[in-house]
Amino acid sequence: MSDLTDLYQELILDHNRRPRNFGSLTEANRSARGVNPLCGDKVAVHLRVEDEEVKEIRFEGTGCAISIASASVMTESLKGRTCGDARNLFERFHQMVAVDDGPASHPPEMGKLAAFAGVRHYPARVKCATLAWHTLRAALEGDAQAVSTE
Amino acid sequence: MKQQIKTAEWKSADDSYDVARVREDFPVLGETVHGKPLVYLDNAATAQKPRAVIQRLARYYETENSNIHRGVHRLSEIATRAYEDARSTVKGFLNAAEEREIVFVRGTTEAINLVARCYGGSRLRPGDEVVISAMEHHSNIVPWQLICQEKGAVLRVIPVDDDGDIVMDEYRRMLSDKTRMVALPHVSNALGTVNPIKEMIAEAHAAGAPVLVDGAQGAPHANVDVRDLDCDFYAFSGHKLYGPTGIGVLYGKAALLEDMPPYQGGGDMILSVSFEHTEYNALPYKFEAGTPHIAGVIGLGAAVGYLTNLGVEAVAAHEDRVVAYAVERLRSVAGVRLVGTPERRASLVSFVLGDVHAHDVGTILDQEGIAVRTGHHCAMPVMDRFGVPATVRASFACYNTEAEVDVLADGLEKVRRIFARV
Ligand SMILES: Cc1ncc(COP(=O)(O)O)c(C=O)c1O
Repeated sequence: MSDLTDLYQELILDHNRRPRNFGSLTEANRSARGVNPLCGDKVAVHLRVEDEEVKEIRFEGTGCAISIASASVMTESLKGRTCGDARNLFERFHQMVAVDDGPASHPPEMGKLAAFAGVRHYPARVKCATLAWHTLRAALEGDAQAVSTE
Repeated sequence: MKQQIKTAEWKSADDSYDVARVREDFPVLGETVHGKPLVYLDNAATAQKPRAVIQRLARYYETENSNIHRGVHRLSEIATRAYEDARSTVKGFLNAAEEREIVFVRGTTEAINLVARCYGGSRLRPGDEVVISAMEHHSNIVPWQLICQEKGAVLRVIPVDDDGDIVMDEYRRMLSDKTRMVALPHVSNALGTVNPIKEMIAEAHAAGAPVLVDGAQGAPHANVDVRDLDCDFYAFSGHKLYGPTGIGVLYGKAALLEDMPPYQGGGDMILSVSFEHTEYNALPYKFEAGTPHIAGVIGLGAAVGYLTNLGVEAVAAHEDRVVAYAVERLRSVAGVRLVGTPERRASLVSFVLGDVHAHDVGTILDQEGIAVRTGHHCAMPVMDRFGVPATVRASFACYNTEAEVDVLADGLEKVRRIFARV
């Protein structure tokens, strides 16, 4: 069971069961939708950005534990950060989950995001972990097209 | 590295079908996954290949490889004979009337596209109707959507009830003198439903409409007699029937195939070509343009031979026992909800486990060496109909056992334990 609890950490299960910042955002000025056609995961990310700062961020969607928890933790990590920070964090998050020989320990600024480090041992699940992030990037870039992880 | 489970454990309850012997024919079943013996329950996606097929492919490439229908040399003669022998084997398997009614294609998908394009394309007029069901695989939806859009025809969908059975009254009501084609799955890949296709074909014929049967999940698990069914077209894929990928079969009644324009143009499908006029070849070659998948056809012939040797009915009876046990065993796992509880089921069971997403179930089962399919099974409308984003599907073949069902059930208990932590 040790292997799997590395992937399904309690923090991930908790965010899956009780997603934070879940729902629509009426005052959003950036939004995007993303789908993972392989497993049918769907997510929408809504932001209110002012002066390049993420004032408010929420998400909606359905999906597996990894994708829902990843979206939930992402929203927690980004509130109050700048758009530049958000892009940087995506880069680092992507490195952490997608690059098998990336650094084993993660800098403190990853915070709760470090819980997703186990994903790199499950290549089939990388897209689940990054779906919300790809969607975030599309929202920040004002790309109205739905993103797809395929 | 190989870790074979002791043969005795795999003994089937019914001694006349020796599943342990059957397992020995499939080399891949000796593999381990994450240190556990492979439990392969993804047969509806693709079946494993017996040694007879693997060796036949090797023999073709090692001793017979040549192009067909064109050379006068010895190897071409041998390859051509092997290719046409496979056609004859498939003809016998489906009990078709004539060899020329067997067209080799890439798979079920291409077979359906061929019929939609060549039959639908030449017959459909604005306002005509094509009838399909709410339990189709995308490959029996999209080709009809495309041709209906092009021709201004209407696609009608027979509803499915809460058990996953076709609502027959609605079907009867839907048939009319506008119906130009009925396209139905023999067995649903998402629900396991065996449809009453013989009855449905008779109803369609009474309304004057031909019927295409999507047999991707039917041919591997049921005795198919196209003349008894009286279907107009029957499509299946080799790779789900212990054969190679990239090869499949379209059966069509000769009279219908004769009337259809060709699908693709090229070599082999012609008798004579000039820049003004081309005369098409006879059936089935009119529909087999270009160098075909010769090895695939020969391998498919070997696969059909293998299945017929085991006995299609004996295999189906064995699979019925295993799937019945699976239904019973899965119901005993807390939180399991079956998606599809049809009157007649073949070879597979689709389910969800509490509120755990199918994808998570799949990852955890994989760690136990269990291969299942998770997702929408290329049948998104079925998922919508049953209000689930995805299901877990365990699908069985001639080599699966009740003991493997137990491994699956234990794996599901483990999923429950992992998700119960929070
Ligand atoms: C019912 C059904 N129809 C059609 C297909 C398509 O078969 P193929 O991908 O081999 O063309 C499948 C395969 O998944 C199927 O299960």
